[in-house]
This record gives sequence, structure tokens and C-alpha cells, in this order.
Amino acid sequence: MNGKSVLSCPDLKTRSFAWKEILLTGLSVFFVMIPFCAIFFILGKIVQKGIGTVTWSFLSQPPLEGMTAGGIFPCIFGTVAITLLMIAIALPLGIGAAVYLTEYAGQGLFFRITRAAVNNLAGVPSIIFGLFGVGFFILFVGRNLDHVLKTGLLFGQPCMLWAAATLAVLVLPVIIVSTEEALNAVPQSHRAASMALGATKWQTIREVVLPQARGGILTGAILAISRGAGETAPILFTGCAYFLPRLPVVKLFGAIPMINPFDQFMELSYHIFIMATQSMNAEKSLPIQYGTTLVLIALTFLLNLTAIIFRIHFRKKLGQVSLQ
Amino acid sequence: MRSETVAVMDENLENLVDMNNKKRANPMVTVHPIEKGEINKANSIKIRTQDLSVFYGATEALKKVSMDIQKQAVTALIGPSGCGKSTFLRCINRMNDTIPGVCVKGKVLIDDIDIYQSDINIVTLRKIVGMIFQKSNPFPKSIFDNVAYGPRLHGISDKGVLEDIVEESLKRAALWGEVKDRLSRSALELSGGQQQRVCIARALAVNPQIILMDEPASALDPISTAKVEELIHMLKQHYTIVIVTHNMQQAARVSDYTAFFLLGELIEFGKTEQIFEVPKDKRTEDYITGRFG
Repeated sequence: MNGKSVLSCPDLKTRSFAWKEILLTGLSVFFVMIPFCAIFFILGKIVQKGIGTVTWSFLSQPPLEGMTAGGIFPCIFGTVAITLLMIAIALPLGIGAAVYLTEYAGQGLFFRITRAAVNNLAGVPSIIFGLFGVGFFILFVGRNLDHVLKTGLLFGQPCMLWAAATLAVLVLPVIIVSTEEALNAVPQSHRAASMALGATKWQTIREVVLPQARGGILTGAILAISRGAGETAPILFTGCAYFLPRLPVVKLFGAIPMINPFDQFMELSYHIFIMATQSMNAEKSLPIQYGTTLVLIALTFLLNLTAIIFRIHFRKKLGQVSLQ
Repeated sequence: MRSETVAVMDENLENLVDMNNKKRANPMVTVHPIEKGEINKANSIKIRTQDLSVFYGATEALKKVSMDIQKQAVTALIGPSGCGKSTFLRCINRMNDTIPGVCVKGKVLIDDIDIYQSDINIVTLRKIVGMIFQKSNPFPKSIFDNVAYGPRLHGISDKGVLEDIVEESLKRAALWGEVKDRLSRSALELSGGQQQRVCIARALAVNPQIILMDEPASALDPISTAKVEELIHMLKQHYTIVIVTHNMQQAARVSDYTAFFLLGELIEFGKTEQIFEVPKDKRTEDYITGRFG
């Protein structure tokens, strides 16, 4: 047997580099603690100060006495309504654009320009979208619609429809990019198989590609809701109101109540903004602000959760398909 | 039930040429041009290519290939990678059309109809010419939905009719016994060989006349390969089969005719025994004896 064991090699016993390891590990833990602490303090403070305000009457009543008392029901209603309307507008547009870009456009110059435009759209500050909304949707589309349809002043004024449309443009890049990724993840061989069976391109997209991409498309919808639901700037000029004595609801055929997209609306984030900047009595409105903030965060989370549950449901359906 | 279905599915080649203007009073009744059928019987050539060339951009992937493919027989295309055999195969159902930058010159005649005419209905063409791919590619749907995919595309929605088609197709693909109790389960739960046979059943469900196979067994284990080969042997009673294969033993086992391609050219084409036993061309002999490729 050899007298010199490999283990007696002195290098193995030195711990000369250990301090570097410890330092770097410590640093990375420190860096990860910063966002953790930030979110903990923000959420902690909001929950701590807001939870006392959030009661059933706070959730179900309109603001009273110049927003120093009462609840925030119209704001909750407005936020949910505009988020749903936003998704209803943005999802078909975004999916359509992504389908075109992945399935039809090829890799030419037009494709690259469009891709660049989509990516740049994601980087535009939200206040610009707000101003764009006023200029394009209200003054251009709305006023011209009024002019052509002779409807007086119906479309050419701020309302929920234009606010939702503005938000939809804001979240469009998110939906397009995630849908594109989902479509690209569908194996090319499935497209070939479908085409070889005599399917047209559109039949292939509808029957094979889109069903497999549902999960990714819903992820896009989730991200879009996260991005759009709490935005203030885009709706600032396009439809949200300081205070409304009524809900933006219309009775369809005189009986079925439905969201009126041509009415203005109150919204949670705007409500927080005006209470923080223009309240007549800051002391009395402060707890309401905390309560409203808590509700906004909870609501965004709930909307996200719904979309996540949808996605899980679709994934399951794709995994264990049944006859029906 | 099935015979009626077949009548619908069996779009005769006459219908290959788009006849949107021709009114079809009853879609269940397809007029069979009898004289056409007689010509087919007399003529045993199903597919005929004349000076078929394919260009990918500036590269000539296939150089003036003229070939007569026999009806209800298996024709194997062999040759080293990149020799144009897959390209040739994909000309027969015009799958090359889906690749940008591809230019096809020359003629491909199926039952004497040039399928590269401008008024050819590609949907009908691809119903007549089915295709099996190298890697089995069942959709993430149930076995039933996979096989019923084609018929549904072409407008069959009656559940009873679909059930008949699925059963018949799976039987022809020699898979019915293995899957009949779990048609509603995902096709992805099956083994690789079974998945490939689901793909074959899926292609058979639209009642094709020609089946193109692009290395259908190259990703399968020996037992599954043997099953697929056995299946090919059975299928040739009803269908004209063109198979691309890397495996020369396989070509020798399954095919009646063999074509040897090299660098885009058809070097030699003849009966399989002749190609393998007494090849006329030196290059064919070299390839078959494993000297290159």
C-alpha cells in the first residue's frame, strides 16, 4: 500500500477561500431580503391599518359625506367591470395578433417591424396611454361615430368603454407575447399532421393549435389583469369619475341589469388617488384610504386567482381528455 | 351504415379538381364515373411523376425525377440523408407547399390528373393521399378524437357514423383489440408503437387511396417496428403505399418496388428483388452493400 494517502494532501484542508463563500452567500441573502422586506412592510402596514375599516357596510355602501364616511361599493363595481371589459376587448385582439404573427406572418421585414412595435408598446408610460385614449378613442373615434351615426354626444365623451379600450391597448403586448410563446410551443408536427389530413390552415389553428395553447393564453390574461387592474393613469381622462351618485348600470330591455359601457364609473385606484390628494378631511379619510388600498390589492389578487383556476382547469382537461 | 359513409368519404379523383360550381344535390350520393374506374383497373400505375424537380431557394433538392408508382403495392424510397427521398414523398400530397421558398417543377400525376394544376383542391388531394410521419404525432386528444379528427374536418358529425369510422380505421390499423376499451383515454398514454398506429388509423379514417410514410418505424423499438411492417403488408391490399426508409432491411422486407435516390437524382428504380440482388447501377450496389451513406 502506498504510504502517502491522497487525503493527506494539504490543499484539501485549507479553508482559505471559505470567507469569500460566506460573504457572497450573505450578500445574496441580503439582496433577496430587500424586496421581501419591502413587500412585507407595504402589505403589513396596509393590512394592519386597513383591516379595521373593511366591514360589510364598507364594501356595500357608496361613499358618504364627501368621502369621509360610507363605503366604496361603486369603486369595487367599477374596477371589476372595467377589468372584465378590458379583457373582453384585449384578449381577442391579442390572440388574433399573435396567431397572425406566429402562423401567417413568416419572418420578413413586416414581421420584425410588428414585433418591434409590440415590444415598444410594452415600454410606453401609462400616462401616455391615457392621453392617447382621449385623443384617439374619445376625440377621434367617438366624435366621428357621433357625427356619422348622428347620436349627439354619446360616443364622444369619456366613458367606461373608452377607458377599457385604453387599458386594453396597454395590456395588448402582454397578451400578444405570451400567446405567441404558447403557440410556438405547439409542436410543428401536429400542424403537419393536421394539414396532411386535409385540414386548412385555419382549421388546423382552430382545432389543433389553439386548444393546446389555452394554458399559455390564460397566463397572458392573468398577466394582463395584473398589469391593467390597478392602473390609474390610462383611465384618468378616459372615463373614471370623482364621484357618481349612481352605478354605471343600464336595464337591458327594461328588465335585465347590465353594465353600461357608455356611462362613467368610479374606480378603486383613482378613488385612492383623489382621497390622498383632494380630500376635504384628511384625518377622516385616511382609514378609508387604507381600506380601499387593501380592497384593491385583494381584488386584483382575486381576479388573478380566478384566471389561475381557469388555467389549471384547462391543463387538466388537456391532460386527461374524455369523449365528451 | 359504413357503406354510406364510404360513399361520402370516397371522393373520387374526379372531385379532386375543384368543382364548386357543380351543384351537389345530395352530399350522401357521390357519382362514380364508371369509365374512370375501368381505366384505373386497366392501368396499374397510380402515381406518375414526370421530370419532377424541387428547389429550396437556389438549391435543387430533386432533379428531374420520372417514376411510375404501381397501384396497391409498396414502393420504398431509399438513399442517404439529404438525397431528396423525403422531398419526393412530400410532393405527392403537396406538403412542400407549406414550406416557404419551395418551388416545384415538372408533373405529378395521380390517376392521370396533374395535382400541380392551379385548380386542384388541396383538401381533397390530401384526403386521397394520407401521410404518416417519422415521429408519431398524435394530438393531445382522446384516441377516439384523434381518429375522428379527419372525418370531422370533412363534415361528418353524426356520432354513430363517426364511431363506425373509428372502429373500422382502428381495425385496419391493427389496434382495435388493444384500445377498444379505452377510446376516451388520451392517445399520449399509449406506447410509441401504438401511437404510431393511432396515426395510421387517423390517416385511414379519411379513406385515402395512397399512403405516404416518412420513415414510420425509425423511432420505434424492434417489436413495434415488426408490427408496423406487418401492418404495411396488410394495408397494401387496399392502398398504394410509398415509404421512405433509412433501413435497407426494412425496404427489402416490406416493399415490392424500390427506388434509390442519390443527391436529388433517381439512380435506379425497379422491383425490390432486382434492386437488392442484381442492382444495375454501381452506386446502388455500393449503397446497398454499405460502402457509403
